[in-house]
Amino acid sequence: MSQQPLPDRPTPPILSMRDIAKVYGTDAGEVHALRGVSLDVDQGDYVAIMGPSGSGKSTLMHIIGCLDNPTSGHYELAGTDVSEMSEAELAEVRNQQIGFVFQQFNLLASMPAWRNVELPLCYAGVPKAERRERAMDALARVGLADRTGHRPGEMSGGQQQRVAVARALVTDPALILADEPTGNLDSHSTKDVLSLFAELHGSGRTMLLSNHERDVAMAARRIIRIRDGQIEEQLLEGALSR
Amino acid sequence: MNWGETARTALDAIRARRMRSALTMLGILIGIAAVMLTVGLGQGASAQVKAQISSLGSNLLIVSPGSSTTTGGIRGGRGSASTLTTRDATALADRTTAPDIAAVAPVSSSETSLVNGSTNWTTSVVGTTPSWLDVRARTLAEGRFFTQAELDSSSPVVVLGATTASELFTVGSSVGRSIIVNSSTFTVIGVLNTVGASTTSDEDDQAVMPETAYTSRVATGSAPGALGTIYLEATSQGTLSAAYQEADATLSALHGITATSTADFTINSQQSLLATVTSTSKTLTVLLGGIAAVSLLVGGIGVMNIMLVSVTERTSEIGLRRALGARRRRILAQFIVEAVMLTSIGGVLGVAIGTGLAGLIEILVHIPTAVPMWAVVLSMAAAGGVGLVFGIYPAYRASRLDPVEAMRRE
Repeated sequence: MSQQPLPDRPTPPILSMRDIAKVYGTDAGEVHALRGVSLDVDQGDYVAIMGPSGSGKSTLMHIIGCLDNPTSGHYELAGTDVSEMSEAELAEVRNQQIGFVFQQFNLLASMPAWRNVELPLCYAGVPKAERRERAMDALARVGLADRTGHRPGEMSGGQQQRVAVARALVTDPALILADEPTGNLDSHSTKDVLSLFAELHGSGRTMLLSNHERDVAMAARRIIRIRDGQIEEQLLEGALSR
Repeated sequence: MNWGETARTALDAIRARRMRSALTMLGILIGIAAVMLTVGLGQGASAQVKAQISSLGSNLLIVSPGSSTTTGGIRGGRGSASTLTTRDATALADRTTAPDIAAVAPVSSSETSLVNGSTNWTTSVVGTTPSWLDVRARTLAEGRFFTQAELDSSSPVVVLGATTASELFTVGSSVGRSIIVNSSTFTVIGVLNTVGASTTSDEDDQAVMPETAYTSRVATGSAPGALGTIYLEATSQGTLSAAYQEADATLSALHGITATSTADFTINSQQSLLATVTSTSKTLTVLLGGIAAVSLLVGGIGVMNIMLVSVTERTSEIGLRRALGARRRRILAQFIVEAVMLTSIGGVLGVAIGTGLAGLIEILVHIPTAVPMWAVVLSMAAAGGVGLVFGIYPAYRASRLDPVEAMRRE
């Protein structure tokens, strides 16, 4: 993997979290899913978040992805404070700043690949012709220029996840957020998708993925371990490979 | 919000689940088709009756003999007395006392046998005046009607209805030929154009002759000057009620009637018959509207049910759309548009099938049908409206789904 030089400080981090806490009220009482998480991710960084189930990893991913508001704390994404935003405002931030990749791929089965990819652009109000062109470009970018008209059912798991990555790229977001992107893939497809991630990272994309497999996390430049709603440790690249 | 985009998304969703979509719209389709069919049949029947009534002459007033009243106060039914006479007809024809009555046609009739050689045919033989042709809005297919001179001279001439002519003379024209009525020989001088059956009698099966010839040669036994009915023609549609008043006043004066309750005659207009038909068809329309509302309600509940199931099934799709930047409003619009589209397609198909069936019935069973434009427009609007009303709740449920659903693992 090619090592990218860290951007010169004082470039502000693309993602900045301070003392993020999330408390759910349940019948059994309050559940503290996150207890004060602080995290900075710089432009062009590649971060893996690891943690067992119940660690608060999913909640952290939801908040990073602007799918949910934190109970307290401060969260800035691409220079904008998103911790107090309304639902409608968050929808716009998700659309503009975040490219999602999901474990289940989450492609719409009735639509060909290119229409799945153009979906975020529909919600951004991009005109039809431009949407199609950008969707085709994004599919070419992930090596699926010859599969644009295929439906998800006609593609392998690895190819489907590539379509999902193309969908994440198409809006040119500040951050690509991948939630267990290899969880549903065999080892061959896992390698395939990870090499695509490395390539995107190499071209300057900011990547953040959640994962529970050591091998996958090792592809990242930083690994953050979550346990009991807190960051347990942060490891830089090389620390694990010893 | 981009409505074209939303419509496309909704259409995709409908197409992706063809079978379910078809079954969902079936309720609306059947309801609308049934309404179209019944409205078509009802309107067809009502239009036919109206056409028959106006074929009798649109400015027509009909004076019928009323009930007789005995000295003891016992009243007979309508027509129990022959109270109308030629004197009444003459008085009504007076332009100074009744300026709004254009023409008067007194009519006496009886069922009599007409004979042509070995062929005989029993029909309604009508004795009247030359104005009968105009008053009853009839025309001649061939030959001519009798004249005032022929009336004055009691000429033995007769004009036949189309059916009567074809029954008596199976080959060739009947004009100029002779028939025997009540042992008198009459010359056929004309044949009437066909108008079809009215509610009371077959207007194409009758024999019309001068009133003088009728009383002297056919109805020899009846009281001289007694009339069955007097037909009046108002000068125009607008003067119909004035003509009615004049006729009523003239006859009341002649008959010495002071109170309407003891009147020995009745005056009917086509307008009053039309009003009866119209009010009947209004009642029918209200009834059909009720049935339509119930069937659309049931169909709508079906749509809501399926949409709720659909929303539950598509949780991850909705979550994904929300994650990718769709606002709540957009999801709300997507599902409402989908419901409206489903019911509208059902409505269009229902109108097509209902109208088609009505047309088929007209061809196969020869019952006239007429599907009015207002019913088509109203049905489609109602179908769309049902989608809107019953789509709101499922769409609201969809829009409240958490975008976090996108990340949920199965």
